[in-house]
Amino acid sequence: MEKRVFFKGWWLPALLVAPQLLISFVFFFYPSGQAIWNSLFLPDPFGLKTEFVGLDNFRFLLSDPYYLASFKTTIIFSTAVSVSSMALGLYLAALADRLIKGAGVYQTLLIWPYAIAPAIAGVLWLFMFNGNIGLASYYLKALGYEWNHTLKGDQAMFLVILASSWGRISYNFLFFLAGLQAIPKSIIEAAAIDGASFWKRFGSIVIPLLSPITFFLLVVNIVYAFFDTFGVIHTITSGGPEQSTTILVYKVFSDGFVSQDLGSSAAQSVILLVLVGILTVIQFKYIERKVHY
Amino acid sequence: MKKIKAIIASLALFAMFAGTAAQAKVEIQWWHAFGGRLGELLDEQVNKFNASQDKYTVVHTRKGNYSETLNAGIAAFRAGQHPNILMVFEVGTASLMAAKGAYVPMYQLMKDAGQRFNPNGFVSAVSGYYTTTDGKMLSMPYNSSTPVLWVNKDLMKKAGLDPEMDLSTWKKVGNALDAAKAKGIDMPFCTCWHSWVHLENFSAYHNIPFASKSNGFAGLDTELSFNSPVHIKHIQTLGKWAQEGKFKYMGRRNEAGKNFRAGECMLMTESSAGYAGIKKEAKFEFGIRHLPYYGATEAPQNTIIGGSSLWALSGKSKEENKGTAAFLAFLSRTDIQAKWHQDTGYLGVTTAAAKATKKSGFYKSNPGTDLAGIQMMRNKVTQNSKGLRLGSFDQIRGIIDEEMEGVYNGTKTAQVALDSAVKRGNVLLRRFERANK
Repeated sequence: MEKRVFFKGWWLPALLVAPQLLISFVFFFYPSGQAIWNSLFLPDPFGLKTEFVGLDNFRFLLSDPYYLASFKTTIIFSTAVSVSSMALGLYLAALADRLIKGAGVYQTLLIWPYAIAPAIAGVLWLFMFNGNIGLASYYLKALGYEWNHTLKGDQAMFLVILASSWGRISYNFLFFLAGLQAIPKSIIEAAAIDGASFWKRFGSIVIPLLSPITFFLLVVNIVYAFFDTFGVIHTITSGGPEQSTTILVYKVFSDGFVSQDLGSSAAQSVILLVLVGILTVIQFKYIERKVHY
Repeated sequence: MKKIKAIIASLALFAMFAGTAAQAKVEIQWWHAFGGRLGELLDEQVNKFNASQDKYTVVHTRKGNYSETLNAGIAAFRAGQHPNILMVFEVGTASLMAAKGAYVPMYQLMKDAGQRFNPNGFVSAVSGYYTTTDGKMLSMPYNSSTPVLWVNKDLMKKAGLDPEMDLSTWKKVGNALDAAKAKGIDMPFCTCWHSWVHLENFSAYHNIPFASKSNGFAGLDTELSFNSPVHIKHIQTLGKWAQEGKFKYMGRRNEAGKNFRAGECMLMTESSAGYAGIKKEAKFEFGIRHLPYYGATEAPQNTIIGGSSLWALSGKSKEENKGTAAFLAFLSRTDIQAKWHQDTGYLGVTTAAAKATKKSGFYKSNPGTDLAGIQMMRNKVTQNSKGLRLGSFDQIRGIIDEEMEGVYNGTKTAQVALDSAVKRGNVLLRRFERANK
């Protein structure tokens, strides 16, 4: 049964939703409107003059093979980041959940990397893999493996995935741990008495009961990989080599702020806006259905 | 609402008074891209100016590398928060020139301020870059350099080579690299600024066009042409060296300089201005040589400059512009220029500074430091060796770098990479032409 409250008149409800509406307007509707408007123009960098070009910016983008390649890069990157960080997060959570002594210490330490800003994380990993002074690249070289992520696209991709997933493992760990602790012990014990092995219990009881959290994390991680990994990519590769680590969001930045092509950059933002809209719709449809235990 | 207004008004008043109190001296903001040793030398110049008079204070701020500084300046201009003086590297020149109204042309600034200023005092190979076709100087040359070949003599000896051997052509360089590789030298060759050295200067040096319309000097409807057989041959050679482990790619900008200064790299092509850092850090004997060329062409033409000029941005008060003019005139003084030239390895941008340096005997006691100047001014400039004036060029360089990475890592042939770079670059040139009609 849903409980509904009705207001008399319109001014009180209007007043109560006004702050939220105002925030949405200032931080969402106004900038999105600007992006849509700007995507129809070709301005010069200094903002001295501008020309209406209709949909030319979109045509320009969609005929650029590197823009289309950027979609593929984004999919590979966000899938790898989400899957690896969730799998490791779940693994560590399962281990930490079984701890009897010192659980607090382990949990705190495992959550720690989440407190590190993406750009700093990027610099840290870059430092380790630096071709001149990096420890990791030094040992790899000693093993006979030539490491040069400034030239080799697959190595650069691996490095940004590693740096982006690292802090994310903690976040996923936290949620999975909370999810595991919320599962009633009695169910697991009952299964154990019935003779189910650890993996059997994990596969047929724990995983299904974790599914709402898993779906939530999947969506949140994909959104993270799409938008928040900017700092990591900027500090480690700047999108190179040969744009092999240029994900969509990074391209918006590099075309807009590095190349000063604001028309194209705005058009890319609009495309991203549509993409995120679609993702959100999928998220709500899916989660709404799955959220019941 | 009224209360808020009152608060804002009082805050504004407070800010105004605070402003006037600090305005005993007129403040001139200068955004630049110099850190490290160069940053120290720049700071020294500013302090000297501030101490030399009591009307103006120049405040300098480093905004990152060249590209970041330009972008910070442009973004600040859009927001109306821009500095008086912006350092713009040569690649951004065409973008600035096209943005009429964003800057006060140098000749105008000096005239309005009543500042004595002689544009003919500058070396024409440098000032030509920043001067319109009808002879009006738009920005003030600050630091200009040209690529040269740096030699680690100790490593040459280790490779069993004569450190004074002839390295004037790429073929001879190739032979030296073979010998070095055979002797187990890990990094026989490295380079900074790939496009600038191996395509832009390469074109001028061999007197072949980098782009049509006199490399863009004669109009915005220029098209790139650095995919000629000679260009392809050179880039293919670099690609081959990379595959054979004779050339190590360290990054797009001057990252390789680190390896050279650390004594890891035997031969490096880098700006003559690498001098400041190499002299300070190198613990080995180094030499400077002319940029190599291909023997098949006749004696090389001349190389072109890289570096930056200073632009006076518009929208500042008359008083501030006067200070800007005074500071820029100060920077072009012979003693300041001569010191800068000798400390940094940048070219002496005024003829007087070059003369004074020669007279002081600096070139004799520091052999090789005069090579860059000779290399730039050895011949009468041609349509192909005047320089480049291409819009969106920072972005085009990015494209070139990307494509060249493909050649170095062996996924592309030089032909495919350069054709693609030309094609992609031309799209940007058309877009720039359209935005700046």
